[in-house]
Amino acid sequence: MKHLRQLEDQSVFILREAYKHFDNLGMLWSMGKDSTVLLWLARKAFFGHVPFPLLHVDTSYKIPAMIEYRDRLAREWRLDLVVGQNKEALAAGMNHTMGRVACCTALKTNGLKQLIEQKGYTGIILGVRADEEGTRAKERYFSPRDKHGDWDFRDQPPELWDQYKTTFPPGTHIRIHPLLDWTEINIWEYIKLENIPFIDLYLDKGDGTRYRSLGCAPCTTPIKSTAKSVDDIIEELRHTTVAERSGRAQDEGRGMEMLRKDGYM
Amino acid sequence: MSTTATSTKPSENLNIVIVGHVDHGKSTLLGRLYADTGSLPDGKLEKVQAICRQQGKEFEYAFLFDAFLEEQEQGITIDTARTFFIWKGRQYIIIDAPGHKEFLKNMISGAARAEAALLLIDALEGVKEQSKKHGYLLSLLGVRQFAVVVNKMDLVGYRQDVFEGIEKEYREFLGQFKAVPAQFIPVSAKLGDNIVSRSGKMAWYTGPTVLDTLSQFKKEAARAEQPLRLAVQDVYKFDARRIIAGRIMAGRLKVGDHLVFSPSNKRANIKSVEAFNIDPPPTEGQAGQSVGVTLDEQIFVERGEVASHQEHLPLVSTAFRANVFWLGKRPLEKGRKYLLRVATKEVDCEVADIHRIIDTMDLAQQQGSGVVQKNQVAELTLRSKAPIALDLSASFESTGRFVLVDEYDIAGGGIVTEQVHDDQEFLREEARRRDFAWVKGEVGIEDRAKQYGHRAAVVVFTGGRHTGKSFLARKLEGRLVADGRHAYLLDGENLRRGLDADLSEEERGQTTEMARRYGEVARLLIDTGLIVVSTTNPFGLAYKEAVQAIRTLVHPAPVIAVHMSKTEEEPPPNTDIVLTGPTDFDAATRRIMEELKKRGVLAQAIGAKPTFQYSI
Repeated sequence: MKHLRQLEDQSVFILREAYKHFDNLGMLWSMGKDSTVLLWLARKAFFGHVPFPLLHVDTSYKIPAMIEYRDRLAREWRLDLVVGQNKEALAAGMNHTMGRVACCTALKTNGLKQLIEQKGYTGIILGVRADEEGTRAKERYFSPRDKHGDWDFRDQPPELWDQYKTTFPPGTHIRIHPLLDWTEINIWEYIKLENIPFIDLYLDKGDGTRYRSLGCAPCTTPIKSTAKSVDDIIEELRHTTVAERSGRAQDEGRGMEMLRKDGYM
Repeated sequence: MSTTATSTKPSENLNIVIVGHVDHGKSTLLGRLYADTGSLPDGKLEKVQAICRQQGKEFEYAFLFDAFLEEQEQGITIDTARTFFIWKGRQYIIIDAPGHKEFLKNMISGAARAEAALLLIDALEGVKEQSKKHGYLLSLLGVRQFAVVVNKMDLVGYRQDVFEGIEKEYREFLGQFKAVPAQFIPVSAKLGDNIVSRSGKMAWYTGPTVLDTLSQFKKEAARAEQPLRLAVQDVYKFDARRIIAGRIMAGRLKVGDHLVFSPSNKRANIKSVEAFNIDPPPTEGQAGQSVGVTLDEQIFVERGEVASHQEHLPLVSTAFRANVFWLGKRPLEKGRKYLLRVATKEVDCEVADIHRIIDTMDLAQQQGSGVVQKNQVAELTLRSKAPIALDLSASFESTGRFVLVDEYDIAGGGIVTEQVHDDQEFLREEARRRDFAWVKGEVGIEDRAKQYGHRAAVVVFTGGRHTGKSFLARKLEGRLVADGRHAYLLDGENLRRGLDADLSEEERGQTTEMARRYGEVARLLIDTGLIVVSTTNPFGLAYKEAVQAIRTLVHPAPVIAVHMSKTEEEPPPNTDIVLTGPTDFDAATRRIMEELKKRGVLAQAIGAKPTFQYSI
């Protein structure tokens, strides 16, 4: 439990730094376990309040239960929910059969970029973790993106102790990653510790499968698992040799590297 | 990221950085650690061995690690990356810093995040330049837990005298800046001696293996036992509570504690410790925690102040000596201005002096220079625009270190080695003692501000004779009062015959005592909630000295400084408005009124997200 409080203290510090330095902030919320923990940490940091909008980039292909859950929490926690969607791409018939990287780029990366541009956000808080996959291991807590939203991982600013890069030339914006040091197990341990409501798609409801990572319905497949509670999940994760995102089609090949260079979350 | 099932995934993490001279065996050491702890994916070892056989190369653990890394990295091996391995209930996060060109920046970013370090030295090559530089930087960055791994012992016939020679030389070097390694370990990463299992070839070594040493590194230093340091990060008023938020960097606090905020010297007691979803609510906090407290009095403090207990106050100064490492794209220059960030305080500063460039090969070397190049370490004196709270890094980690921002980038970092005495020291001490003993009435400064519709402030006019200072001061006072504000023109002449009557002719000719008395009177008027309009007329051309003394004594009330001159000249430091040549007094009055609004004196900017707050 002590290690969870240490992670919490660090994330809360980062969230407060973000709020202090950026006037126009938004927090990405995909309703998955990580971004929901992130949302909970914001409530911790600001004593029950969430002083910036929650952004959901809706691809229209999300699992319906996720949308219900989103709207319920937004109501109960009085969240300022902003939903963005790349309507043009959807109108043109974009879907995963046109290529996964193409579909993610159009509906998620470009959907996010459109939202950022429309609302003029200068900082976006998101729940990526370093242990998820290779490119995320290289992230900073405060990570600048250029005018086009691109990420130059070859020349990242130094991060010294608790001092982050908080000043930028006009036109750039910043991605803030308060969960960088958390692992998948930590996320579930914290959900248990704080009793955070989560979508039951993560649990086996009798058919011997559950979702380990949630994305769009066509590109996310459940894993074989009989975990029926948070405790079961933690126990399972301690022994698994299967990667967390193995059910996520976008991670195949160099998909993630290509996506993230262009500004994917 | 896949891991073999030989060990289960634990909850605790420890961040480790591995540093040392290029080619001293970092990849081999890591390859060994991962292989011998069973942390590689199944079949990986056999696969790399087979490839080596095929290509007719001798198998090396470095290949194994590089292949493993490549797989994890998806080809990008440019910046600091992290890999993991698990041993005895703990997950070790290895912060790796590959790439040679930008090595130092990455090494520093990695090490600044590390809780412990391994420093590698090649037994055959001995202590090299990077061995020293990295050892020095680890110390500068505050990584106190580290072990020195003397690698490639097989190449020197496992000789004890070679190992001891390196240990002696390197200990002496580290001793110069009081760094003490946990352990010197003789190893051969290639052959696996003393990495995971004990070597049969070095019976003379009885200390722990590399893996044992990692297990012995502790999770956290005992900062909670130090005096309290809480840097104010922000002040929130989302609901009825006014919460001072920040991270406790050292020590502990609890409900009822009397806090002193530096450099403003404001004080109040902790009424509550606030938290979300903790039942029952906490009543105390300690080092490492991000907390929020409410106070029993509505004093206004802002980000950047450091709360402590009265018995152990931080230093307050505008100048200090420091050791700095520079990573900036352009060199650090004497006389240039940078943004200084200490804990949560941000303030403009100037490089007053570059004493020497530190030659990490030989720390005794003196090397003067007007600039500090990228990747160099130097001893500097920095001078900040406003007083800041800080500590010597030898006593406090978090308030004893800082970064320098050049334009938009963090371009350097350093530690405070010495306070530099400035000319305001005595007045600052007087103000501190006086504020601590200040007897308050029932009406607080905030009550007055609410009644008056403005906060207290000083508007001070500087400049030579016959520049229109008095005229403008009168005009401003008139305008403020006509607007319904409470303003008062404090003319130094009125002190001369009364309060200053006991001063000798000689003392009256000097600025020091006259300015001190003037400043203390202004301080009293500030406490009544007035906007004090003042000219520096009685001080003649010594206005620079006088205005500095007034600033120190009325601190932290806002001082709006207006400089007037007939021709262009350099105004005193921190001047807000410069009026040169014939003055349009109406326009000048408007400008000052605007400045008062901007600084939050006339318009109260308190809401969900306060931007400017102060009081006395």
